[in-house]
Amino acid sequence: MIEIKNITKTYKTGNVEFQALKGVSFTIKDGEFVAIMGPSGSGKSTLMHILGALDNPTSGTYFLDNKDVSTLSDDELADIRKDKIGFVFQSFNLLPRTTVLRNVMLPLVYDGVDVNEREARAKKSLILAGLDEGHFHNLSNQLSGGQIQRVAIARALVNEPSLILADEPTGNLDSKTSEIVLGTFQKLNKELGRTIVLITHEQDIAEHADRILFIKDGLLTADSTTHSKRIANHDLK
Amino acid sequence: MLGIIIGIASVIAMTAIGQGAQNSISSSIESIGANLVMIMPGAARTFGGPSAGRGGALSLTVEDADAIASQVSNVAGVVREVSSRKQVTALGTNTNTSIMGTEPSYTTVRNVSVDEGNFITAQNVTSGSKVAVLGPTTRDDLFGVGATGVVGQKIRIAGTEYEVVGITVAKGGSGFSSSDDIIYIPYTTAQRYISGNKYLSEIDVSAQSSSASTQVQNDITTLLLNRHNIADPTKADFNILNEADIISTASSVTGTLTTLLAAVAGISLIVGGIGIMNMMLTTVTERTREIGLRKAIGAKKSDINKQFLVEAILLTFTGGFIGIVFGWLISFGVGYFNILQASVSLSSVILAFGVSALIGIVFGYYPARRAANLNPIDALRYE
Repeated sequence: MIEIKNITKTYKTGNVEFQALKGVSFTIKDGEFVAIMGPSGSGKSTLMHILGALDNPTSGTYFLDNKDVSTLSDDELADIRKDKIGFVFQSFNLLPRTTVLRNVMLPLVYDGVDVNEREARAKKSLILAGLDEGHFHNLSNQLSGGQIQRVAIARALVNEPSLILADEPTGNLDSKTSEIVLGTFQKLNKELGRTIVLITHEQDIAEHADRILFIKDGLLTADSTTHSKRIANHDLK
Repeated sequence: MLGIIIGIASVIAMTAIGQGAQNSISSSIESIGANLVMIMPGAARTFGGPSAGRGGALSLTVEDADAIASQVSNVAGVVREVSSRKQVTALGTNTNTSIMGTEPSYTTVRNVSVDEGNFITAQNVTSGSKVAVLGPTTRDDLFGVGATGVVGQKIRIAGTEYEVVGITVAKGGSGFSSSDDIIYIPYTTAQRYISGNKYLSEIDVSAQSSSASTQVQNDITTLLLNRHNIADPTKADFNILNEADIISTASSVTGTLTTLLAAVAGISLIVGGIGIMNMMLTTVTERTREIGLRKAIGAKKSDINKQFLVEAILLTFTGGFIGIVFGWLISFGVGYFNILQASVSLSSVILAFGVSALIGIVFGYYPARRAANLNPIDALRYE
């Protein structure tokens, strides 16, 4: 469960101060699929960094599962990221020269899980993300964009996070592949009850979520249920 | 990594060669005779090594040697020597070699043993017999390589006929005059048929122990100055060389050389370390996105730090290992081509590994810290 109360973020470069977030508040309950939408420069990336425990807000509170993470140290934030958050990036960010399976196993390494259990959990995660077993030992340069992103989703799932944070996950994919990835998110949300927050600047992408938060110039301008929700067809291989 | 390999290889090879050189010199000197004090006629020479005493003043007598034997304490043995270089012929062959006129004590004082037959006996000396003991190289030159049944044969030295009564054991020896290319005859015979006078070319004395050699040297000096009626020691008509002094001079020379070479190798190691650091820094830059990702997944600063430090140490360890192999090969090669018997010691290998690890830690520390301190947000955006 996510509770954001009056979050502000100010960047100081030299003498110039820039307020990226001017006081944002919202709550996301477990099992929701929310999109955060806004144009570039709206502050959505900043908000994502704070939600993802990559950065601390200048003021305000962020309660994740009833724990205040807005004032934690670097090491404590790292622990939050390890235990509670799974990232899916626009540019995939898989380790090069490493197999699919080992990529998905990576978060568990930092969690001190032993190698056999790591492998088992990684395989489970990959299947949930819709990648078939034949690809488990491929390297990332042997996969298509859609397949790579599914590996990234599997990696985000593997440590069973409270929140999956996807930052423009379809930005580098064509429309057909985007559908597959969005369909995977919908399945994870509907069938497994995963909480998903999707950051995007595109309306059609945002409409795949149940709820859209509009952000502009550092403030929330709207928070509403999606009018015409799009259901993605994720069975397209 | 090449710098590390070269650095470690040179450290190993240099210390091995240096150690081998020291050992070789020590054993060369020791093979001449332990605790040896050598008295030669003529004014003092600077580090000239034990020579055969060609020329030089006529100042040492048999009585001098007798006096040393009876009056100086801690003397284990005294050898009277009359040496020269002569043409020697045997049936159809000839050679030019050292002729060492001496006595039985030569075997103990100068560390020579007999392979076949006998050495010069006391009777030979008293009678001035015309008998000869050949070194193995001389035997090869006169009778054929490895010839047997040489004992009993006749040779001619400077026109006089001698009977071969023994062959000495090969001692090898390079650098100093080879002790295998030599003929031993009684010194009395040498005085009568070769030098024509009653003087000695050299008196060799072995002290009871190496610690006694200085005292023996001093006592002999005093004794001879007295006997020769010389008041001013600087005007002595003889000079004395102490084997222990020679060894320590030689050792300190090779020791200094080894240290110098090791220092050069050390510098090369530092250069190698700097190379490693640059390599790691480049690696960190190239893997910025990866580091950002790892942090996003939950890696802490210490995790990243550890990861890159371990990578640096692995690099230097591998380089060190290859360097040790190369160093060992070089030492082996030096020994194989008989330049020197180099010995790679366990302590130098352990030192090399230790140094490699240390270089990895020291020169990997800064890049690892750089990696660990990357801001994940910026790192993830890095192109």
